[in-house]
Amino acid sequence: MKALMFGWEFPPQILGGLGTASYGLTKGMAQQTDMEITFVLPKPNGDEDQSFLRLVGANHVPVVYKETSNEYIEQIIGKLTRLDDYLHYRNNIRYDFSRISTNELGCIYFSGRYPDNLVEEISNYEAVASVLAHSLDFDIIHSHDWLTYPAGKFAKQISGKPLVVHVHATDFDRSRGNVNPTVYAIEKAGMDAADHIITVSNLTRQTVIDKYHQPPHKVTTVHNAVEPLEHAETVIKAQRSEKLVTFLGRITMQKGPEYFVEAAHRVLEKTNNVRFVMAGSGDMMHAMIDLVAKRNIADRFHFTGFLKGKQVHQLLADSDVYIMPSVSEPFGISPLEAMQVGTPSIISKQSGCAEILAHAIKTDYWDIDAMADAIYAIVHYPAMYKSLRNEGKAEVDSITWEKAGLKVRKIYDMVLHQ
Amino acid sequence: MKNICFYFQLHLPYALKRYRFFEIGNDHYYYDDFQTEETIRLLVEKSYLPANKTILDIIHHSNKTFKCAFSISGCTLEQLEQYAPEVIDSFRELAATGCVEFLVEPYAHSLASVFNELEFERQVQLHAKKIEDLFGYRPTTLRNAELIYSDEIGEKAYQMGYQSIVVEGGRDILGWKSAHYLYHHPHKKNLKILMRDYKLSDDITFRFSDKSWTDYPLTADKYIQWIANAPAEEELINIWLGYETFGLKQDASSGILDFLKAIPYQAIVHGIEFITPTEATQKLESKDSLSAPYTSAWGSEEKDLSSWTGNDLQQEALQKLYAVTERVHLCKHKTLKRDWLMIQSSDYFRYMSHRNAYNSPYDSAYDAFVNYMNILSDFLLRVDAEYPSSIENEELNALLKTITEQEKEISNLTKQLYTKNKK
Repeated sequence: MKALMFGWEFPPQILGGLGTASYGLTKGMAQQTDMEITFVLPKPNGDEDQSFLRLVGANHVPVVYKETSNEYIEQIIGKLTRLDDYLHYRNNIRYDFSRISTNELGCIYFSGRYPDNLVEEISNYEAVASVLAHSLDFDIIHSHDWLTYPAGKFAKQISGKPLVVHVHATDFDRSRGNVNPTVYAIEKAGMDAADHIITVSNLTRQTVIDKYHQPPHKVTTVHNAVEPLEHAETVIKAQRSEKLVTFLGRITMQKGPEYFVEAAHRVLEKTNNVRFVMAGSGDMMHAMIDLVAKRNIADRFHFTGFLKGKQVHQLLADSDVYIMPSVSEPFGISPLEAMQVGTPSIISKQSGCAEILAHAIKTDYWDIDAMADAIYAIVHYPAMYKSLRNEGKAEVDSITWEKAGLKVRKIYDMVLHQ
Repeated sequence: MKNICFYFQLHLPYALKRYRFFEIGNDHYYYDDFQTEETIRLLVEKSYLPANKTILDIIHHSNKTFKCAFSISGCTLEQLEQYAPEVIDSFRELAATGCVEFLVEPYAHSLASVFNELEFERQVQLHAKKIEDLFGYRPTTLRNAELIYSDEIGEKAYQMGYQSIVVEGGRDILGWKSAHYLYHHPHKKNLKILMRDYKLSDDITFRFSDKSWTDYPLTADKYIQWIANAPAEEELINIWLGYETFGLKQDASSGILDFLKAIPYQAIVHGIEFITPTEATQKLESKDSLSAPYTSAWGSEEKDLSSWTGNDLQQEALQKLYAVTERVHLCKHKTLKRDWLMIQSSDYFRYMSHRNAYNSPYDSAYDAFVNYMNILSDFLLRVDAEYPSSIENEELNALLKTITEQEKEISNLTKQLYTKNKK
């Protein structure tokens, strides 16, 4: 089984959960011995783990035929892309993309992030997909998130191979219902063209059915999993006399940071051996700092700014409670990461991961009383902490990408035999 | 001669209200009266009243050959008195026929037998008195909450003056033995043990209207035939159920009450009689002693205590609760003492189970734990206000001993004085 996957992020260069999920899923699927994955990325860095898949950089795929010496090609892209591959792609250019601005090799520049001209970058990605669809051999196309739907759709038109789109989030999650029409149009067109749709939770599945008008039998949920943490034993909880309650993520409307502040205020009215941390950055950060000051709890409530890598795991391990009050979260992998290092988690019922976690506390995102109650209980009742810690870790260790990979494989088989 | 011993269990805990941590120390009322009333009225109308009427009819129609026993927990009796006094009247009517026995159990349907012997004894006495007040009848057979039993509990029951006890017929205790005989305690030979036939009991409770069950539909004819087919020397078949089986667990439309009605007629055909637990201990001979070194209970597959005490949450809640037993006994506050009883119901701890929390009003074991612990924290603060935790339990015990001995001494002296005056 050969799969051509279109992605946007891949570790170590990640900006959100999409990269982590892409990596985990492909790695899990690679455990199936007959699985060959070609993963297309706008702009690989060269430090990605390629041991289990083949990575193709869209910025090294020519879309316009330009004559240059082999030495020059090697010099420009040689570190990441083989010359033979480049020449093979170049020989398979069938359409005229000279309207797009390209470099001297005929390749397009990609930022690989989320720039202002994102829509343009998405359509350029489509052009690259056409060349790849003509030059590569594959059985199925798999597109990760809306940025890559047009590319997958075009590849399907050219090759006639079935398309599976993987919905990691919808614009309804990002905007609290206030969708951007351009984004919605791209998402809807991708889903309409797909032979099957994979969603990361039943919550997202329902959105896809209700808001994007997809027939239910075409949509299947494959819950995300979590990679086993390397060097888990090196992340040790520091001893301290006070309890630490942590929020970690983008400080935006979607993540519900204001409910965390209000819950913290509730807890601090009753007890004072607790500190609260809000890690991350985002457009609501200043508003949150204001709110904390207004509630008069600034001496117990701290902002760290953006954290990455080891810092994240260390903070999670040091915390006594991890909280994710998201208003709408398609899946939400971070509570699973917290549970991996033995930190009890409180998550909103509006999070996809709530569907598969039994040993986490689930409250409505707006129910600050319930949230405060849960925080209080974890820091005051030792059995609560102990039970969530031990049972939670055991639970999360049993959620593997390999199992998720098998479910995706089943969908491939079904689509191919339709 | 075969005898069927029916016994029905009625228990419903008080519904606890949603109690948040910021109420600790401020709000001392823990119950959701509306919810309690709604649940008990549902049970009464769908199950208790129709079933009581059916049993009364059966007793009359069968010329008083049909007999059965009831065990109604103290907190359920209180709820019935408050919200459905007609059910109490209906039980009085049943009691008047002389065909019905009432069993005694720990008042609050609590796990006190495992955690505090003194509390266990106190609750059994309290319940016996309640039964006597309501039905004019002193119970003689002990039924522990959730049928919890071990040799120790048996011994305790005997010391309290009970001649018989009812026990779940799990394989751990019985081994190769059959549940269809009367047994006795290994040391206290006069304590008789009745063993529940969980297969026949669960056939009615869980499988009666299960269409995927191979023996569906279950008719009285078939059911009694099974019993009649058992070896001739097996003489005691104990079928014990939750009373809500009739009308609630098995809906009236399933024909469960007609099934019950038909049982005595089928029994007469096969020459099978009905017997109450106390009668059984008087009429039948004990076949052997039965030893139970480990504690067992009904309910789960494992027939052990894991549904109530199996995880860290349950352990912490129970330990914190029973750690103040001595202090509460010293207290004189009526409301405090009543709360102490009510928050002991075993159900609250089962709701904290990760595996066996059926019928739980909570979303999860954690939710149940948090709510209970908040209530318990408030309760402990109230106890602490009476008897600060800085005083050691041993010290308190000594105090308690002095007080009780003082009382004895005083009553002795008064007696002496009285006799002297008489002279």
